[in-house]
Amino acid sequence: MKKKKLFKRKLANHIFRIFSLLAVLLASAAMLVIVSHVIRAGCKALSPGFFLNPSKPYGVPDSGIANALLGSMMITLGAALLATPPAICAGIYLAEFRDHPKVTAVLRFSANVMMGMPSVLVGLFVYILMVVPAGHFSGLAASVALAIIMFPVVMRTTEDMLGMVPYALREASLAIGMTRTRTTLKIICRSARKGLITGILLALARVSGETAPLLFTALFADSWPGDYLSGPTPNMPVLITEYSTNSPFAAMHQAGWGAALVITVLVLALNIGTRILFREKRHAP
Amino acid sequence: MPLKLEARNLNFFYGSQQVLFDNCLPVEEKKITAVIGPSGCGKSTFLRVCNRIFELYRDQRAEGELLLDGVNVLSSEIDVLELRRNIGMIFQKPTPFPMSVFDNVAYPLKLHFKLSRSETHNRVEQALRGASLWEEVKDKLKASGLALSGGQQQRLCIARAIAAEPEVLLMDEPTSALDPLATGKIEELMVELKKRFTIMVVTHNMQQAARISDATAFFYKGIIIEYGATTRIFTNPVNRKTEEYITGRFG
Repeated sequence: MKKKKLFKRKLANHIFRIFSLLAVLLASAAMLVIVSHVIRAGCKALSPGFFLNPSKPYGVPDSGIANALLGSMMITLGAALLATPPAICAGIYLAEFRDHPKVTAVLRFSANVMMGMPSVLVGLFVYILMVVPAGHFSGLAASVALAIIMFPVVMRTTEDMLGMVPYALREASLAIGMTRTRTTLKIICRSARKGLITGILLALARVSGETAPLLFTALFADSWPGDYLSGPTPNMPVLITEYSTNSPFAAMHQAGWGAALVITVLVLALNIGTRILFREKRHAP
Repeated sequence: MPLKLEARNLNFFYGSQQVLFDNCLPVEEKKITAVIGPSGCGKSTFLRVCNRIFELYRDQRAEGELLLDGVNVLSSEIDVLELRRNIGMIFQKPTPFPMSVFDNVAYPLKLHFKLSRSETHNRVEQALRGASLWEEVKDKLKASGLALSGGQQQRLCIARAIAAEPEVLLMDEPTSALDPLATGKIEELMVELKKRFTIMVVTHNMQQAARISDATAFFYKGIIIEYGATTRIFTNPVNRKTEEYITGRFG
């Protein structure tokens, strides 16, 4: 009787393990297939000129993605500059100043809602708010859209990272007569510095591939992104979309795959690089 | 002997739960007063009232009087920052700031005094010497405070506390996270420090209290059961609970 029970338990254990393993394999297989296909299809497009020349209409020789790369960098950098300072301040408020639990709860809830919001909605929102009144697309509008997506992510990471700093450190700082503000900025944020930077970089990696909001804001242009403030701005995600879905020409499809490969590698590098550079070294404080 | 600190009918609450009951305790100047008692009896809480650090938490509240040189520190007219400069605190776990050894000690200096560069340097050295740490760190002042050993970190925290030139030092189980060797060093240091400061130390270590303190207060369930000269408390306790505790029959 006992033996039978034991056998049943072991069997259940085995079945469960096999299913978990299968799930893991399935998930990683999807990633491997995507990445390997992007590499195979994309590497044919790569050449020095591909990286150095701006994009050109079909048929014009020496077309590349340099303008889209530069434009994407400007848009994401702009988003980071717009989103990071207020998001970190909001995160500090959530973690450090708990005088009004209701305000905190509302803030946290709305951040969660914002994180789950489809990015196309954010794009549409900025389109109505900035693009329509101004009468033109712009890179700046794209930065605003990406900043809105980044904000809750950075805010919540900030809150989590500050929350991991032991309370003893706050008390020690206050106990030598330091003010709350100085304690927060000089001691707590400093302790959590690595985590904060990691959070910002990972949020950047996340938004740098966003396409839907850019369609409503930056759009695209076969020019250098000099019109960041006042005109359509070239960028990688929209270039990929345009080349692969809106063009009947094989050469453009291939360039689209090339651009997809470049952005995949860049985002992966940002992701992996961040994790390696800021790997959490735990020391007992 | 003049009193440095004195608690008069001190009560303390975590929300609606009372944890200190009518505590009255005189603390003599430039002496070491040990606070002993079983876990959860309010020893640390008592210390945390002295520098009002409990105010960081919104549901904690103190009533009654705590006099520092005759002035009630619980009064709303007290400048808390100045109070905390005047009453330093050492915690159970060392709490070095995430900065260099030098900056750890220079921090309170920058905060409370306007000093020239060389004067700051002098004061940092004095504080580190005062905490018997100078010889060990003088060649690595730029290294992170977190890179020191546990015992060194604790002495760094003591240096940081005395750099602000306080009159009172509160020590909340300062050696319970340290090995016997490091503990010995801190105890020697405390005896040295009492020449300049009034010290209150919470400890779970009976021998430590007996070795280094001049006076001892025994807390039980938030009530000060007995207070007196350490030699008297340890050799001839009046209360039966005190005797049971110091002989290790409970706690």
